[in-house]
Amino acid sequence: MSTETSLQPTAALPSRWARFRDSYLLYSFRRDLIAQVSLAVFIAFVACAVLAPWLAPMNPYDLAQIDILASELPPFWIDGSDPAYLLGTDAQGRDLLSTILYGARVSLIIGFGAVALQALLGVVFGLLAGYLGGRIDAFLMRLADIQLSFSTLMVAIVVGALVKAIFGGATFSAYAVPLLVLIIGLAEWPQYARTVRASVLAEKGKEYVDAARTMGLPSRRIMFRHILPNTLSPIFVISTVQVANAIISEAALSFLGLGMPETHPSLGSLIKSGFDYIQSGSWWITLIPGAVLVVLVLVINLLGDWLRDVLNPRLYKG
Amino acid sequence: MTATATAPLAHPAATGDEAARPLLEIRGLEKRFSLSGDFLEQLKFKGGKLVREQEHVHAINGVDLEIQRGEALCVVGESGCGKSTVARTVMGLLHPSAGEIRYDGQRIDNLSTQALMPYRRRMQMIFQNPYASLNPRMTIQQTLEEPIRLHHPDWSRQQVSDKVAEVMGSVGIAADWGKRYGHEFSGGQRQRIAIARALAVDPEFIVADEPISALDVSIQAQVLNLLMDAQRDRHLTYLFITHDLAVVEHFGTRVAVMYLGRVCEVAPTATLFATPRHPYTRALMSAIPRLEDDRPQHIRLEGEVPTPVHLPSGCVFHARCPHANARCRQEVPALIARDDGSQVACHAIEEGRLD
Repeated sequence: MSTETSLQPTAALPSRWARFRDSYLLYSFRRDLIAQVSLAVFIAFVACAVLAPWLAPMNPYDLAQIDILASELPPFWIDGSDPAYLLGTDAQGRDLLSTILYGARVSLIIGFGAVALQALLGVVFGLLAGYLGGRIDAFLMRLADIQLSFSTLMVAIVVGALVKAIFGGATFSAYAVPLLVLIIGLAEWPQYARTVRASVLAEKGKEYVDAARTMGLPSRRIMFRHILPNTLSPIFVISTVQVANAIISEAALSFLGLGMPETHPSLGSLIKSGFDYIQSGSWWITLIPGAVLVVLVLVINLLGDWLRDVLNPRLYKG
Repeated sequence: MTATATAPLAHPAATGDEAARPLLEIRGLEKRFSLSGDFLEQLKFKGGKLVREQEHVHAINGVDLEIQRGEALCVVGESGCGKSTVARTVMGLLHPSAGEIRYDGQRIDNLSTQALMPYRRRMQMIFQNPYASLNPRMTIQQTLEEPIRLHHPDWSRQQVSDKVAEVMGSVGIAADWGKRYGHEFSGGQRQRIAIARALAVDPEFIVADEPISALDVSIQAQVLNLLMDAQRDRHLTYLFITHDLAVVEHFGTRVAVMYLGRVCEVAPTATLFATPRHPYTRALMSAIPRLEDDRPQHIRLEGEVPTPVHLPSGCVFHARCPHANARCRQEVPALIARDDGSQVACHAIEEGRLD
């Protein structure tokens, strides 16, 4: 990311924008068609999700707008469709387009929320383990190993099922979004912790850290002010991969009935609700949200791939 | 140079009592690094029994040094002899395995982080590699402000930036470099910035760990002169680690020669270069290429430096020393002061077998 323009020290300072304009990041972005298309599609997704209440023809959460007689209508290019429902309707008569827009919103919120939680835990634990070393390192990394030896989905299923059993389905439905963020966030923090720890170990041996120590700076400041900014590029790269992973995990959990309830469907629960009707000919209820999910995850992964190549070709591939 | 010439130059703030006391005293310093990994890796089966086995690298073993106010003590020795470990241990980057370090009479190697803070301000370090010693994500201004803000939390913004401007001026870097990042500068410029950072808190003692060996030859003299100017203007005391004997001759008040983690000779620079005593120092000095020599008489040492994992018994140099006898193989020689102000750790010198 550094602009390796060895300028004369007396030359006028480039502004932040000029720095960005000259950067390798932008240069490689301009030359990479896949990255450009991916970013455009991703931004379109986010915009649609954010603007869902204004874009969607109807509010799928509002029971008064749902007409059960209009259920299982096909999308517009098939005979028997209703022009009011562009992508058809699901089994409860909800407009599929609106439901997908709202569902993508839920999926993205959970994806980003879970990744924020993972990153917070992983970065803090990774920094502590890498910088302090010794017993703390051993303890945190064994914890991460244990965590990684369970599959994410299994942890999520167990926790989800427990919460559902203890507090009841209604409570679970009411707090489904924060719960899913918590479950997916807790299950995947070791990814961050390990990568951050590895970068910290590499940075810790550099002399600027020794310089900070001989200055007498407190460990906390050395960790967060000196080492953390130098480990950001791998964190960015994992984050893209992890957002895609979190969205998939959420979809999988919803598909298994441990995620978003039918009344507030995410893409995963939409796929699940349509799955029962796939044999009866109403394939669109499952396949359209499924295609949307695939495209969303694909563009995030493609962006992550591009970012990884730009920032550091030697990085781990998630 | 006579013994009196090595007497400490009086520090302006120092009273008579303080001036007589060395600024830094290192006594019996040892540092071992474990090679054996953690506890589980140390367990081994030997003869049907589970035993715990540990191996160490003896980076320094029993170093005694005194640094007087106002002097520049150069530490020389080949790679791996523990020069840098001494520097890093003095600065508290490493904890000594044994021995003690006294700064201005106060023991500092066992102080807590908090109690060490006043000493952190008084002693600063300059590192070897200026490409690694500046944080790539901080501007020069931020880099220089950080130590000042840390050690003078009560200073106003204006006072801090005035101080930064002052040190930048004193090391010859332009004030408008402050907004730039380290990677925009050349090695020599970066080393100036690193020196400015060390000077920013007005230290009295600076540990310089090979500060010019990573620099271009044409820049080395500039940086060395900068360090000497700073010493004169700010009454600094240096512990200067280097391999470069030409630099030592130019820069050092006294020289300590290290071999395999021990000090074998400490002497005023002129004395050491004129009459090296210790057999290792003699070999080292004879290795300096000289223009006038068309048939150099190098003292060739046989063999290799022993591994610091299994230290030789007695004098660490005995296996390669042409003057070694049975006593050298058993008894560790202590540093013994001589009339000319030097100290030599050698049985042959002590016994008069070697003059």
